Amino acid sequence: MEKTSDKVQKNLEAWCNPPIPFPSKEVEKAYKERTRRIADAILLKKPDRIPLMPMWEFFYAKYAGYTCEEVMYDPQKAEDSVVRTVTDLQPDGFQGPIFFMTGPVLEAYDSKDVLWPGHGLPANQAHQFVEGEYMKANEYEAFLNDPSDFMLRYYLPRVSGSLKALATITPLRNNFAYFTNFGGWVGLGTPDGLKALEALRNLSQASFQYVNFLVSVIGKLVMMGFPPWSGSLTEAPFDVLGDTLRGTKGIMLDMYRQPDLLKQACEKIVGIMAEFTISTARANGNHPIVFVPLHKGTAATRDGKGGFMSPKQFEEFYWPTLRKLMGILIDNGFVPNLLCEGDFTSRLDIIKDVPPGTCIYHFEHIDIHKAKKVLGDRVCIRGCVPIHIMTLGTPYDVRAAAKEQIDVLGEGGGYIIDTTMASEQIKPENMKALIDFTKEYGVYR
Amino acid sequence: MQKNLVYVLSELKEKEVLEMVKSRLEAGEDPLRILDDAKQAMKIVGKRFEEGTYFIPDLIYSGEILRAVSEMVRPKMTKQAASKRLGGVIIGTVKGDIHDIGKNIVTFMLDLNGFEVYDLGIDVPVETFVEKIRETKAPVVGLSGFLTIAFDSMKETIDAIEKAGLRDKVKIIIGGGNMNEDIKKYTRADAYGVDAMAAVSFANKVMASTTKSA
Repeated sequence: MEKTSDKVQKNLEAWCNPPIPFPSKEVEKAYKERTRRIADAILLKKPDRIPLMPMWEFFYAKYAGYTCEEVMYDPQKAEDSVVRTVTDLQPDGFQGPIFFMTGPVLEAYDSKDVLWPGHGLPANQAHQFVEGEYMKANEYEAFLNDPSDFMLRYYLPRVSGSLKALATITPLRNNFAYFTNFGGWVGLGTPDGLKALEALRNLSQASFQYVNFLVSVIGKLVMMGFPPWSGSLTEAPFDVLGDTLRGTKGIMLDMYRQPDLLKQACEKIVGIMAEFTISTARANGNHPIVFVPLHKGTAATRDGKGGFMSPKQFEEFYWPTLRKLMGILIDNGFVPNLLCEGDFTSRLDIIKDVPPGTCIYHFEHIDIHKAKKVLGDRVCIRGCVPIHIMTLGTPYDVRAAAKEQIDVLGEGGGYIIDTTMASEQIKPENMKALIDFTKEYGVYR
Repeated sequence: MQKNLVYVLSELKEKEVLEMVKSRLEAGEDPLRILDDAKQAMKIVGKRFEEGTYFIPDLIYSGEILRAVSEMVRPKMTKQAASKRLGGVIIGTVKGDIHDIGKNIVTFMLDLNGFEVYDLGIDVPVETFVEKIRETKAPVVGLSGFLTIAFDSMKETIDAIEKAGLRDKVKIIIGGGNMNEDIKKYTRADAYGVDAMAAVSFANKVMASTTKSA
């Protein structure tokens, strides 16, 4: 068998033995048991039992009886919901609530690309992304020439109502001599510009409050023996371009009309994402697991028909730069945790090309037998308890579904149980059933 | 020559398509014949999508080329092409959900297959579906959705159609990447689909049975 990555092994080992001043021996033991369980699954070994690292997001609010709106704005309720859910249900890894307390941030942005409770959505519904062509077809050169400038002066003014005036400043690269940029800030001196500066002030305060909230709640749970299941996130370069900048239609047309520029932009984004992802992970104690939600590379059906791209386009446009980014992360000791939205059964033979014991692949729709067969000796599989059973079914249905997953995917180790996606509509009794059943039935003997 | 346009459009050769249309218009050809060729090519595109050799990007691209062709041809047209439509299909993304990629693809495929499509957009209130059924008497309704919240919105929409006394007048298909038999039962729809072709074959089946019984 191919060799795994020493760096990943070392980083997982460090995660299992953290230099954290735990309040007691018991807490330390519980924390280390949990990280060890997850690390063993990633390294394709058999842990003592199948690890639980649920993708919870707004389920925290549902469980604690708050609305989505409340946990996006009220730090006490936000923290209470997370702490209560985690301490009650006791998973092995918990999800950092990265969308909680973002209400004030989104408000300060006057976000045009997000709907959230109170702003286009009812109080009890999680936020939704509004896709658009925020980078035009003829702006690849501008993006490639200076991505930071593009994001600052083109992208932000388009997705933020309050920061429109950023479009008026001159490029920051114009500060090439002390006498060249005396007038470069004139746009921010106008009444509209001054309003944007006020918005930037509000944004910074909201951002400060958000970070403090996350640090506080995660720190509290760590001190109770619960590790978060990731410390950083990233995206496939094609998705950054397609979701955030060009939009679905835009990027699909680019595959035909300007494939070379599209590929150049994806290459450029590899470096940007690698730097962002690694620095975030380092800031979070070098947490080994990187969350990577995937969007635009999927097929629609089991046989690969009707998808967002053909297998050929997947191999040409999507996979190479994603694989390159994953390679950089793995070489730095990090574990890409792909969330493969859609049906990836027809992509299995392509995505199996990674060093063994370095990745987690979380599937939404997949032939679990084929997935285990193709990836079993290579990638830790995460999933795949159907979300509709969690939201519509009974605890009985949940146990039956979990048993099926454990019997197939859990065989021999290298498996983490989870639902196929997050939802604020999961019934608390169903989540409890999934956790209790796994702790009982998922024990390796 | 006419065969050529069908070929290059079905092969998605945008530049060649536009050149060919331009020269045929300059040669004074009847614009309707050009549109007929385009229609024939689009049928091939749709068929390839059904067979699984074309994918969503191919559909989107063919739609863009077709749009450019009609923009060139329309100003030269003196009479409208008579369009024969198969029957009405009402479609929309249900309340609380703003996902539109899948719905737009289904709309495109239904249109390509000759249906009269009434696309109600996204986040469509329950009453809007009911009103549209009353207004158009379309025999097929497609409810699209991606989020888990859509399961309940679909159920509510179908309940409302039933309450309005219209349930036996329409056949309803729910569609989206997460649909399955369980959700079909939960919402009490007539069918479910995870790709665009499911909606087309469902609509075809409904139309065939309504013509038979009529």
